[in-house]
Amino acid sequence: MKQLPEKYVRLLKLPVFVACLGPAFVLTWKGFHHLLGANPIDVITRTTGRWTLTFLLITLSVTPVRRITTMAWLIRFRRMLGLFAFFYGSLHLMTYVWLDKFFDVHEMLHDIAKRRFITAGMTAFVLMLPLALTSTTGWIRRLGGKRWQKLHRLIYFSAAAGVVHFIWLVKADLRRPLTYGAVLLLLIVYRVFLWIRGRLNSRPAAVQEAVRT
Amino acid sequence: MAGGYYLRNHLDGGDTVQAGGAKLSGIVKSPFSTNETQTSLQDITNYNNYYEFSTDKYEPNGLSKNFRTRPWTVAIDGMVKKRKKLDIDTIMKLAPLEERIYRMRCVEGWSMVIPWIGFPLNVLIKQAEPLAKAKYVAFETIMAPDQMPNQRSREVLDWPYVEGLRMDEAMHPLAILAVGLYDDVLPPVDGAPLRLIVPWKYGFKGIKAIVKISFTDSMPPTTWNKMAPNEYGFYSNVNPQKDHPRWSQAMERRIGEFRKRPTLMFNGYGDQVASLYTGMDLQKNY
Repeated sequence: MKQLPEKYVRLLKLPVFVACLGPAFVLTWKGFHHLLGANPIDVITRTTGRWTLTFLLITLSVTPVRRITTMAWLIRFRRMLGLFAFFYGSLHLMTYVWLDKFFDVHEMLHDIAKRRFITAGMTAFVLMLPLALTSTTGWIRRLGGKRWQKLHRLIYFSAAAGVVHFIWLVKADLRRPLTYGAVLLLLIVYRVFLWIRGRLNSRPAAVQEAVRT
Repeated sequence: MAGGYYLRNHLDGGDTVQAGGAKLSGIVKSPFSTNETQTSLQDITNYNNYYEFSTDKYEPNGLSKNFRTRPWTVAIDGMVKKRKKLDIDTIMKLAPLEERIYRMRCVEGWSMVIPWIGFPLNVLIKQAEPLAKAKYVAFETIMAPDQMPNQRSREVLDWPYVEGLRMDEAMHPLAILAVGLYDDVLPPVDGAPLRLIVPWKYGFKGIKAIVKISFTDSMPPTTWNKMAPNEYGFYSNVNPQKDHPRWSQAMERRIGEFRKRPTLMFNGYGDQVASLYTGMDLQKNY
């Protein structure tokens, strides 16, 4: 299915959207049925945090998967996936602002300045903001494809800050955060590989010839 | 079962042995107990750090269900008149069992109110007859990788788990060895058959499944301190003024409550224990 007719892409969007809402739905359902255990706020914080990172990594995987499978239509889902990363990130931040700090601005500023894992988490969120805001077709047009793409490379930094945030908050046993880190690294290495290959291929034939000999 | 000896002595008339354990009888109330609302048994047993089983607080209860607590002996070691091994059933009869309803403050910022059943640690220490030069008490958890999955990996913590107290802290009447919870025998998830409770310190000082208690003249190593010395000190007294480097310790979430409440110095046991630390800089000796 290298090509997918437009109407199928449109048809697929709804089930994908619903699936992406799944984690939030499960969390809400469990919350109303008292199934979140002894410390529901802790569960909400961790779940939304993990899904933010997961969606960031899924979003970043779209291009490699698209290239490897040559299923070009996958790109049509990237914006939605990225916005879901932002959605879960916003829920995660709201849990902190509301349920953890109860809107105590002074306490939060103190936290951001002093606690490095909060600093990293806040950085990850702030880096997502311009991406979410400029995710519309109008903004792509206004910025121009090249500039827009450049700006949206911020997602790597956001994901990296997210992984660091996770590593820094764990008390012991880094296996889980490092798994996210490894996936991110793999995705970055793939991008670097493409970039180097692109550079080599774009050189004039004469130069390439010279390099070879 | 090997615990029959103990069951004969402590079982209620009804002989009810429940899945969770056996009812303990002859429990005395204690003036040290708090009258705050107690955390439910469900929450106590299902939200708990027991890294030997899992680093997830929700998992140890299921993973520890079949943990063998009999036969069980505790080695009394180090600077004592005579080294020996005490059987758990002997230990349980060293003193009348008391109910101690204590606040428990976890270093992660949550707290509970838990009705432990146990006896003062100083009873066992007197029984052990430490030498005058002994200044510290060191505790060690069982090494049982066949039963404790995370002990098969050094990535989690440096096993076995070890903890320690200064002798005067250990002799303090608030420090207890717990063998029960909510009138029942201690469930495996909470450190059966024998664990330490020091209510004015962060929860991780309360070492579980103790197999060795030794006496020494130098400060013994403690697991979390070895892991991250700048985050966890030897004393680890509850102190809202001394932040953990990664989070504030000023507030805590009492399990079952929505809003956070302020954390109290020495977890609210300052009147009884503050004198142990007179003249010490608690910002440095955290």
